[in-house]
Amino acid sequence: MRRSSAASKKKSDSITSSTTDLFRSGPSKATSKEMDRIDHLFNQYANTSSNLIDPEGIEELCSNLEVPHTDIRILMLAWKMKAEKQGYFTQEEWRRGLKALRADTLSKLKKALPELEKEVRRQSNFADFYAYAFRYCLTEEKQKSIDIETICQLLDIVMGSTFRAQVDYFVEYLKIQNDYKVINMDQWMGFYRFCNEISFPEMTEYNPELAWPLVLDSFVEWISEKQA
Amino acid sequence: VQESFGNQSFRMERKTIDLEQGWDYMQTGITKLKRILEGLPEPQFDSEQYMMLYTTIYNMCTQKPPHDYSQQLYDKYREAFEEYINSTVLPALKEKHDEYMLRELVKRWSNHKVMVRWLSRFFYYLDRYFIARRSLPPLNEVGLTCFRDRVYNELHSKVKDAVIALVDKEREGEQIDRALLKNVLDIYVEIGMGQMERYEVDFESFMLLDSASYYSRKASSWIQEDSCPDYMLKSEECLKKERERVAHYLHSSSEPKLVEKVQHELLVVYANQLLEKEHSGCRALLRDDKVDDLSRMYRLYHKIAKGLEPVANIFKQHVTAEGNALVQQAEDTATNQAANTASVQEQVLIRKVIELHDKYMVYVVECFQNHTLFHKALKEAFEIFCNKTVAGSSSAELLATFCDNILKKGGSEKLSDEAIEDTLEKVVKLLAYISDKDLFAEFYRKKLARRLLFDRSANDDHERSILTKLKQQCGGQFTSKMEGMVTDLTLARENQTSFEEYLGNNPAANPGIDLTVTVLTTGFWPSYKSFDINLPSEMVKCVEVFKGFYETKTKHRKLTWIYSLGTCHLNGKFDHKPIELVVSTYQAAVLLLFNTTDKLSYNDILTQLNLSHEDLVRLLHSLSCARYKILVKEPSTKTVSQTDSFEFNAKFTDRMRRIKIPLPPVDERKKVVEDVDKDRRYAIDAAIVRIMKSRKVLGHQQLVSECVEQLSRMFKPDIKAIKKRMEDLITRDYLERDKENANMFRYLA
Repeated sequence: MRRSSAASKKKSDSITSSTTDLFRSGPSKATSKEMDRIDHLFNQYANTSSNLIDPEGIEELCSNLEVPHTDIRILMLAWKMKAEKQGYFTQEEWRRGLKALRADTLSKLKKALPELEKEVRRQSNFADFYAYAFRYCLTEEKQKSIDIETICQLLDIVMGSTFRAQVDYFVEYLKIQNDYKVINMDQWMGFYRFCNEISFPEMTEYNPELAWPLVLDSFVEWISEKQA
Repeated sequence: VQESFGNQSFRMERKTIDLEQGWDYMQTGITKLKRILEGLPEPQFDSEQYMMLYTTIYNMCTQKPPHDYSQQLYDKYREAFEEYINSTVLPALKEKHDEYMLRELVKRWSNHKVMVRWLSRFFYYLDRYFIARRSLPPLNEVGLTCFRDRVYNELHSKVKDAVIALVDKEREGEQIDRALLKNVLDIYVEIGMGQMERYEVDFESFMLLDSASYYSRKASSWIQEDSCPDYMLKSEECLKKERERVAHYLHSSSEPKLVEKVQHELLVVYANQLLEKEHSGCRALLRDDKVDDLSRMYRLYHKIAKGLEPVANIFKQHVTAEGNALVQQAEDTATNQAANTASVQEQVLIRKVIELHDKYMVYVVECFQNHTLFHKALKEAFEIFCNKTVAGSSSAELLATFCDNILKKGGSEKLSDEAIEDTLEKVVKLLAYISDKDLFAEFYRKKLARRLLFDRSANDDHERSILTKLKQQCGGQFTSKMEGMVTDLTLARENQTSFEEYLGNNPAANPGIDLTVTVLTTGFWPSYKSFDINLPSEMVKCVEVFKGFYETKTKHRKLTWIYSLGTCHLNGKFDHKPIELVVSTYQAAVLLLFNTTDKLSYNDILTQLNLSHEDLVRLLHSLSCARYKILVKEPSTKTVSQTDSFEFNAKFTDRMRRIKIPLPPVDERKKVVEDVDKDRRYAIDAAIVRIMKSRKVLGHQQLVSECVEQLSRMFKPDIKAIKKRMEDLITRDYLERDKENANMFRYLA
């Protein structure tokens, strides 16, 4: 039982009426009903004082969806919502995401997840999603890089299922090297290109004289030495 | 029927000459001619006979039809030759062979030309009108064509074989009749009637083939039997002989073709085997300094396309090996000996490298005629071994130390002025081969500073001279700081004079100690660590007095004192006799502490002076454990430890009245390398930004190569270092990677 559901329910009543106007494209009973349900679902997880779904709320959502908290599908959901802050969903973002998924109930949302995954994994979308995953982890305002440990976790979540070997090796390398304490967006995207363009573990196409980020040059060198 | 021209009266009435009649008459002339040619007793034609023959033709051509016999005469003219050739000439030739045949041919050709000449004179009238009117070949050509078609075409192959046989005979050393061959070959040329085709196709092509196979055979046995020098001598001789052959009897146009064939068989086919011959090939010749043989090798291969490349390559490898050996030698000696002698070895190395350069430059200029390929080979060879490290010192450092030794007082090199100038010149030339020029500059600067500040420079002219040479070679930017340093010293002297005036005018300000201050312009001089040592009060006063003076001159500059470079003269009041001690400022600070206290512990001194452990240990060591023990250390172990205590050594004495107590300098190498690395990072950044600013968008590899190029005058940037700087610039939003093409970068304004 949601702790503040009673109170939140009251609150939502007052908000819904004005906000649904915004979302309604035209007089359509179906859409407004849908939006109502979406909002209703939002309120089940949101924190009343901030009117945001906070980390705790997300955790509960995950448990209800029967999806692990660190599962890539949550990240995909965040992407679909274009969520800006890690660990939080605003109402706008929630609405955006669920409307796009045509999911106005928990069960519909759950059912929409496999389809969402397919959509994200399409080549045309995945690069965008991959970049999004990086930005999503930037917590401070002027932050441009992410610490190694977080990167390792992120790599595992985002690329682990499709590029297991590369991720495992790269994570191992990142942990033992001393040159870099953080990874920036350019290096992050470089790894994506690496996985897509270079055969593994042969890596015959790899040419360090091209514009690959230096960290990948060192990574490839390290693997070659290991294999020798 | 008689014709008479109306109003003209000729003495001789022209009777119509009938063809048969006329021709019979001509035949007498032809027969006479043949008799002359055959060498039979027959008088020459006189002018009347000639006239008669000529006129006969004339008349027969100018008669009115049907008695104008031009066409028939034209045909009969040709038939005369054909008849003679078939009946007499050809049989005479066919019965002979070889050289006899050749002689006969020359004779017959000569005769034929005479026959053509005479007959065409008799029949000349035809040439004037008939042949032009009917566009027919002139008489001369008809005559020659007869010989060509009937004699030449029959025999030219046999003749060619005979000629070539003689040529080969001559090649084997036998004497042959060169004039005969010349005459025979002239036939081939002349028979072409203006074109060289007959000579080329019927003779030359075969001769070239035969020559090629002749020399191919020779080469294949010589290459096995002869040493490289001997083979080259033979080749040179062969080429000379073949050229002579052309001059004597072949047509001049054959020369380049023949030479090419001979060169090919002797020098191109076996080039590799020849040059690489184990005990006498190029490598061995270089090793044994066989200058003449190498010059010959150059001469021979110079004319062959790409012929010099393998030679230059072997030269490069040889010089590289010699250079590497020198480096290895120095490395080995250094590891086997103590530190002091190691530096001597390094000096020796530079000397030897200079000698090596001199030696092989002579080769390039003399043996190899200054050819660019060899200049390049020498350069590349030196670039390889001149950039190696010896016993931990980079070549840049070694070279800087070498210069320092020449330029400082009491340096290890004792040379005349001229020898010094010459050596400096050579050293600067060597610098061209060193890729880390900026590293050299920094070491040089550090050592120059030491020479200037401690008055260790042996000769101002030499100091200036080397800066001029460096400037010429490396540009003004390279030497601007160094020149600034030298200028600073001059200014400092002037400054000191005004300071002394100032003291004279302000007796109250006088610190009571003789003080000389050298003001250095920051930026020109290397950076020095300067930390806050607690100076003795006497020195504090000096600093303040000078500061006061300096502020009268300029208010806009800040003075930062570098005590580590200062020198003090102290009077040591020892029991036996007073001795003047020349010490560094730091050493003086330590010693002056003992004016107030007899005995001090390590920690006392540490606290009072506010120094680091590393520095204090060095100082105390120099005063208590080295050659001159001004302080007595307790316990009297060989090294200073933090539990020691020190006392003024009143019993100290020396036979000299003044002694210098050296403080061994801290190893500069690490700091120099760090400073240079830092400067390089900035230089790479600046280069990348400069390039991207002007290009806006550029591919990665192009950016890297332009960057390397721009920086190459000072150092060879590491590709990794460039990549690292690029990444940094991306993070700092100077650059971004193109969205479409990951290998392109854009400048972000």
